[in-house]
Amino acid sequence: MIQNSVGRMVPNIVNGIPQVPFKGVGKFSPEGNQAGPLIRNCAEFPMDGNKIVGSLKEALKKAGLKDGMTISNHHHFRNGDLVMNQVFDIAADMGVKRLRWFPSAAFPCHKPVIDHIKNGTIDWIEGSLNGPLGDFASRGGMRGTGVLRSHGGRWQAVQDGEVHIDIAIIAAPTADEFGNATGDRGPSACGLLGFGLVDTLYADKVIVVTDNLVPFPCVPWQIQGQNVDFVVVMDKVGEPEKIVSGTTKLTRSPDRLYIAEMTAKFVQAAGIIKEGFSFQAGAGGTALAFAIYLKEMMIDAGIKARFIRGGSTKYLVEMLEAGLTDFILDGQTFDLEGIRSMRENYGHVNTSPFTSYNWHGKGNFASMVDVVVLGATEVDVNYNANVVTHSDGRMLHGIGGWQNCLFSKCTILPIPAFRDRIPIIVDNVTTLVGLGELIDVIVTERGIAINPLRKDLIKATKNSGLPIRKIEDIKAEVDDLIGGPPAKPESTDEVISIVKWVDGTVIDSIYKIKE
Amino acid sequence: MQKKYIVGPKENKPRSDIRITYTPTKKSLVFELSSKVDVLFGKSILSQAEAVCRDLGITSGKFLLEDFGALPFVISARMEAVIKSAHPDITAESLPPMQPHCKVKSTRDRFRRSRLYIPGNQPKLMLNAGIHKPDGIILDLEDAVAPPEKESARFIVRNALRTLDFFAAERMVRINQGEMGITDLEYIIPHNVHLILVPKVECSEQLKAVDEKINRVMKACGRKEPVFIMPIIESAKGVMHALEIAEASPNNVALTIGLEDYTADIGTIRTDEGRESFFARNTIINAARAAGLQAIDTVSVDISDEEALRSSAREAKALGFDGKGCIHPRQIQSIHEEFAPTVDEIEKAKKIVLAFDDARKQGLGVVSLGSKMIDAPVVQKAGQTIELAIASGLVSKKWKEDE
Repeated sequence: MIQNSVGRMVPNIVNGIPQVPFKGVGKFSPEGNQAGPLIRNCAEFPMDGNKIVGSLKEALKKAGLKDGMTISNHHHFRNGDLVMNQVFDIAADMGVKRLRWFPSAAFPCHKPVIDHIKNGTIDWIEGSLNGPLGDFASRGGMRGTGVLRSHGGRWQAVQDGEVHIDIAIIAAPTADEFGNATGDRGPSACGLLGFGLVDTLYADKVIVVTDNLVPFPCVPWQIQGQNVDFVVVMDKVGEPEKIVSGTTKLTRSPDRLYIAEMTAKFVQAAGIIKEGFSFQAGAGGTALAFAIYLKEMMIDAGIKARFIRGGSTKYLVEMLEAGLTDFILDGQTFDLEGIRSMRENYGHVNTSPFTSYNWHGKGNFASMVDVVVLGATEVDVNYNANVVTHSDGRMLHGIGGWQNCLFSKCTILPIPAFRDRIPIIVDNVTTLVGLGELIDVIVTERGIAINPLRKDLIKATKNSGLPIRKIEDIKAEVDDLIGGPPAKPESTDEVISIVKWVDGTVIDSIYKIKE
Repeated sequence: MQKKYIVGPKENKPRSDIRITYTPTKKSLVFELSSKVDVLFGKSILSQAEAVCRDLGITSGKFLLEDFGALPFVISARMEAVIKSAHPDITAESLPPMQPHCKVKSTRDRFRRSRLYIPGNQPKLMLNAGIHKPDGIILDLEDAVAPPEKESARFIVRNALRTLDFFAAERMVRINQGEMGITDLEYIIPHNVHLILVPKVECSEQLKAVDEKINRVMKACGRKEPVFIMPIIESAKGVMHALEIAEASPNNVALTIGLEDYTADIGTIRTDEGRESFFARNTIINAARAAGLQAIDTVSVDISDEEALRSSAREAKALGFDGKGCIHPRQIQSIHEEFAPTVDEIEKAKKIVLAFDDARKQGLGVVSLGSKMIDAPVVQKAGQTIELAIASGLVSKKWKEDE
């Protein structure tokens, strides 16, 4: 273990791979060349373009599935994925052992994976660990250390050769026999497939799995057949209605609505809402409500945005269709309206972590956004934040695009000051995921705290009449109410997962909880 | 079979609350805790439960604590409630410290545009009630609390009054009807409640009984600050006795009406247009004004229909009401906006106030604006309009400097 630049202890070697401890924002600049994909020869593929094989099992066999491989997939079906559990059932049937699963995110529907870890098919997961998987991992259930990465960090890890994908599984709502595929149509439409893009570019073998085969050409081709080895047709690849998770419903809590309203008022007071501005408000009830308040303000002021960064929802689609923004630059569609809009609206554009988040891109959309609102489970008085663990040390969810979005021009965390008895503002975050120097404003129901580094925002909102307070004062008020700060959770010194910063360095460790 | 006593929420996954099952035994104290915040607050919850036992002299028995993230004031209230349900003769109390922010004062003629009802047995709804800035917060012991929960709610409301910051809101409690309501007063009067809503008032005797009890409790606990009263008239008999009721107590500050019960009482149903209650509402307003009280309109129960709420608030203001009840925090802003003075009203009020200032400077006994003489009540009303405009954010506090 070694101490990184922010004082957190992190392992030197994880799953046999040497690690670089976090050095500070923008301080780590590796040089040289990136990992490259295998050389492909078109002569090895059917000239008639027909890559269909009889079954998923046959495809996996042809792809050379064997012990110790890395299997990847995208998470655009969110909790409605029907493919990955089948993949690992087949692997278990074939007696394959010690796999590493490298999803862009996992969901509660992947609970059966726990059995495959227990029976030896899978050793560990490198991807978001939440719900039942998070609980299982928090108790030390995996053979191998979890690695939590941002969406951009996943692309970076593949390009750095840190993760080599042996077989990528691309569930595709519509595809042709050549492997061209799209997510925006078909009975299982899920919107886009951007999270699977890097997998198709770098994996040794790529299997497209679809339940809606169309004759060549499948247009648009979000995934290009030139990167695809096999195409499998099955009855149903996903349940789009389960894309809609609890996090994409508008909040009805008066406290959350109040926080959302305050956030919008802050953005207005700070002078951010002006002709041609841009914003990002992801899933989560408060973020959605923020977008609705913002919309009202834009209508009142006659202002139009140039672009909104998705995850898209019907609320953003309404803004696009009402002419309140020229574009939605969408990374994932959170509901069925988003999918429809992506299909029908020229201004609803599909993007990928490459365009928006990748550390090894020559720039990123995320840093061009005027204001982003994000969630967090904990924030410390120096504005450092946690989004991956509960205050009691259990894993909660993945990083998603959260770290990448911190680079926007103004990052705001609208969060309740306490949940039940658990305070959000703490002395020390359980897991450090986002640096305080990138987090500008905390909006709680008990006041708005502005990072002292953002003198411009402090000045701009000074006479706004908004309840702007010191973060320490909000903390003291809440600690008083909950009967003093909570006890520290006891954990073991066994690292069950590391947390990567967007550049691939290790920012913190997550430990096995003490039962 | 040993008898078990249970208090707390019955639903499966409550929030910010605790369910406690108490089995009195002869054996030494046993606590069994399950909590979603066990790792963070487990020890704190247990030591608090022990402290309540100590305060109340309980040295034996078994307590099962099922915690769902309850705050300390809720834990001690539920503990005290379950112990006293088994031992009703215990007179000792286990009081959380009175927080400095709970000692704020109220005034007789403050604004009462909005008053937010919160069920007295639902602490989770109380925690952040103040941030929505209603003029008053009513911790309700009456209709919002089911009969088996009534006892337990008293302790929650009492502890909330000693703990929670309701910010600028007036601290109100609605007591139960009859004898139970009189007993309720013992639990709240010593803890800086500002105003008591008395339900179903039909004659002056009811208020006299309330007054008497308030005086006795005040004397016993040494309270000096007055306790204001807002009678709720909810029946034909109450309406016909409105003036008598308005004049019944020197502590009355406002008169209000409950239309759900009233419309049932006169044999009709409540409609959005409210023609069936026009007489009653006018009677309330006139009785209140005759007695020098504020008149406050009934509650809007449909929280999804903002336009209906706004139009009903507009009508209430036009009839002469000073405010309106609400049951959801999102209703507050709409009510405040509708009760805010209009631009014309503000401009007129400004002129009157300035004319009054001029007259005073010149030592004149009579205020006049142009060729019109202005009477004292008009000047007073203009002053209130300006204050309301300031509270509504429509006029700066320093408006006179800008004129």
